[in-house]
Amino acid sequence: MRELSLHILDALENSVEAGATRIELLIEEDLQNDILKITIKDNGRGMSEEVVKKALDPFFTTRTTRHVGLGLPLFAAAAQQCNGELRIQSQPGIGTTLEVTFQHSHIDRAPLGDMATTLLAVLMSERPVDIYYKHSIDGRTFELDTAEVRQELGTVPLSHPLVREWLEKTLREGLAALRQPEQ
Amino acid sequence: MPKLKTLEDLKKLREEAQQDLKVRLETGTKITVGMGTCGIAAGARETMHAILEELKKRNIEAHVTTVGCIGMCVKEPLVDIEQAGKPRITYGNVKPDMVPRLIEEHLIKGNVVEEWVVGRLPTSQ
Ligand SMILES: Nc1ncnc2c1ncn2[C@@H]1O[C@H](COP(=O)(O)OP(=O)(O)O)[C@@H](O)[C@H]1O
Ligand SMILES: [Mg+2]
Repeated sequence: MRELSLHILDALENSVEAGATRIELLIEEDLQNDILKITIKDNGRGMSEEVVKKALDPFFTTRTTRHVGLGLPLFAAAAQQCNGELRIQSQPGIGTTLEVTFQHSHIDRAPLGDMATTLLAVLMSERPVDIYYKHSIDGRTFELDTAEVRQELGTVPLSHPLVREWLEKTLREGLAALRQPEQ
Repeated sequence: MPKLKTLEDLKKLREEAQQDLKVRLETGTKITVGMGTCGIAAGARETMHAILEELKKRNIEAHVTTVGCIGMCVKEPLVDIEQAGKPRITYGNVKPDMVPRLIEEHLIKGNVVEEWVVGRLPTSQ
């Protein structure tokens, strides 16, 4: 995929499909050590050890609509190509944590791309889910917790156009400021 | 992100949004975009974004949601439009540049864009 944020969207969709109601998404850009690390932790149904082992095999899927699962193997291949790796920790009934690393400066590393739209796509999912998103670059941090937003909004849903626009703007501006801090 | 400003923003937003909430909840149009792996790889996220922008530009009320894989991978991105009292139409291979025409024809003029249809379900109820 052209952007890491598309792999991230795909992984977040796995969490939603696994019934997660809360997902933590951490992106850490450590320029000093030249590492980009993406952590996705969900409270979905989790996987057995056996399923975890198979999950990186492109010919494995638990879905019934098609016979190959592609998402995780593609994400893992993207990481490996950039001197990184994808690790899965999962416990049935508790949840799943995905840790994906990349050499930040690697020539083949796709850009992160449009994180704002990735998050919107997940938040507009038919199944309600909250995301805690924390993104840091060399110690500076942007964070947003949709559970807090939801609480402030009362009966107004996240899918309300005004809220959606606010979320998109907040994410875009926050991430732009993170990348280009005022001197 | 300055926390206080955010809370202020949200309070204002809540008041504004609450005023037209009833209308929104009763709006009859539902647009669903497939967001499985094949959809994402084929550009579904950009298609969804184009739909949101077009709705905003034309000030159209619609409920937009995303779903996981629905098993028509080669026809992704898939966009499904449901309107009260009308058959539910699924459009395939919907690229962002097709969105303005889709919205114009289907939502504004009420015409199905036959050449892009890949599925059709009779009116519910
Ligand atoms: N976050 C998760 N929680 C529980 N199960 C998961 C999760 N992510 C992946 N899986 C399991 O791994 C399988 C393979 O995932 P993936 O490679 O994305 O393919 P697909 O989603 O198309 O099946 C899924 O079918 C599911 O059983
Ligand atoms: Mg998947």
